[in-house]
Amino acid sequence: MSSLDELYRQVILDHYRNPRRRGSLTGPHIHAEGLNPSCGDEFSLDLQIEDGVITDAAIQGQGCSISQASGSMMTDVIVGKTIDEARELTATFKLMMGIDVGDDPLDPDRPGAVLGDLEALQGVKKFPVRIKCADLPWTTLTDALDQA
Amino acid sequence: MTDLSHLREDFPILSREVNGHPLVYLDSAATTQKPIQVLDAVDAFYRTENANVHRGAYTLSAEATDAYEGARAKVASFINASSPNEIVFSRGATSSLNHIAYGWGLNHLSEGDRVVLTVMEHHSNVVPWQLVARHKGIELVYLTMDDRYEVDLSGLDDLIDERVKIISVSGMSNVTGTLGPVRTMVEAARSVGALVVVDGAQLVPHSPTDVQDLDADFLVFSGHKMLAPTGIGAMWGKPERLEEMEPTEGGGEMIADVGLYESRWAPVPQKFEAGTPPIAQAVGFGAAVDYLTAVGMETVRDHEQEITGYAMKRLAEVPDLIVYGPSDPENRGGAVSFSLADIHAHDIATILDQHGIEVRAGHHCAKPLMRHLQVPATARASFYLYNTTDEVDSLVDGLFDARSLFGLDS
Repeated sequence: MSSLDELYRQVILDHYRNPRRRGSLTGPHIHAEGLNPSCGDEFSLDLQIEDGVITDAAIQGQGCSISQASGSMMTDVIVGKTIDEARELTATFKLMMGIDVGDDPLDPDRPGAVLGDLEALQGVKKFPVRIKCADLPWTTLTDALDQA
Repeated sequence: MTDLSHLREDFPILSREVNGHPLVYLDSAATTQKPIQVLDAVDAFYRTENANVHRGAYTLSAEATDAYEGARAKVASFINASSPNEIVFSRGATSSLNHIAYGWGLNHLSEGDRVVLTVMEHHSNVVPWQLVARHKGIELVYLTMDDRYEVDLSGLDDLIDERVKIISVSGMSNVTGTLGPVRTMVEAARSVGALVVVDGAQLVPHSPTDVQDLDADFLVFSGHKMLAPTGIGAMWGKPERLEEMEPTEGGGEMIADVGLYESRWAPVPQKFEAGTPPIAQAVGFGAAVDYLTAVGMETVRDHEQEITGYAMKRLAEVPDLIVYGPSDPENRGGAVSFSLADIHAHDIATILDQHGIEVRAGHHCAKPLMRHLQVPATARASFYLYNTTDEVDSLVDGLFDARSLFGLDS
């Protein structure tokens, strides 16, 4: 498979064209926004959290296939997770992207660290300038979780 | 077709490969590649003439000063200025516009005055005026763009009154290639005694420029967009405008005398060139205008119109591709912005890059224009004298590959 075929996997294009949980939440929720000023990608996230568990999520934004698909796939895996599990997922995702998450290596087999479809984004690693696109939803998620 | 392909040998970088393909450089609106004549001039300056300017009483400093001032004379002659003293060297068009906004605007504008801009301006012709507005309470007023991607002049007569003190307009949009209505602006400004500033960053590199004919008050441009090194550019001003402008930076070189509490300025243009200037870069700028003059700016413009026309024709063959800009290649510049189906500009740029084709993707430092066009981002191919129709063909092949990767029919 060429690097480009690896980058633009079918599952990524599917999430780009049919983003899950697009919109905003009406009940009580946390809201966070992320922006890549250099390329103009925008991502916003609503999270409903009850008793430390993410019970609902909604996303909005505009940008490239990588940033928007990453966000859509992210909401698929974080709903139903605890805040701690969502943070672990974030670290697991960033490690997959080759992003430094500090000196706290995680056990990849622990519960909550299953990335599922998100593993399709591994191809982004070969395109260093695009890693920040894939990471935008996750930095936004961290901002949201910090408010919880 | 004006064949300039023999010039490609002068540009060493054009023979390199990118991602296993010959480099196809289509981002000259951002910065241009440098010919060996410019590289050699900079290198030779450092090897044989390097010293600081305007201060030493020794031979080397005198030679460096001659080289620096010689470059000023070349740049002046390139735009048909009356005297080299009408050229102020700056870091580029952005710093030139800041000089004007602060040096002239801050000292001559007062609350209620208006500065007229267009919606197609680069951020460098928007933000400095916003900064002045914060200090002086002036009002910024914008001309918009019509659906043919021309600056909409329909409301101009109502807009121009005694409150307007400055009209600052791009000579050519770096996004749509739209030519700014400079002559109309000059006439409108004269009727109320306003000044006209022309952002020539995309204009001066691509067509013959004659400031006598233009009759604006200021013209700014960047060296690096016309084959010269980065870090050097110019502000041309009418002598009386430069005289009535205050310096925006203080320091060495720009003074006649310095006391403990008051100082007197050096004459124009040194008044605006505080500190050690980018001397080698200026020498490179001189070599760049020599190169362009030898090719001939009419030839540069003709070649660019032809290649832009060819690109517009070939791009029209790509399904779902929208070009944001005037359709007549003879009435526009060589910056061609486009979108392709639902493929985001960054994805287009990544895919083309894998073919060795370098295009810009994003908002092009023109967010007000992007909002007006109602697009978050566009891809942009832009051309210069070293580009060929073969490279346009490569671009179109790459765009068909993008369609295929995104599962769209070819």
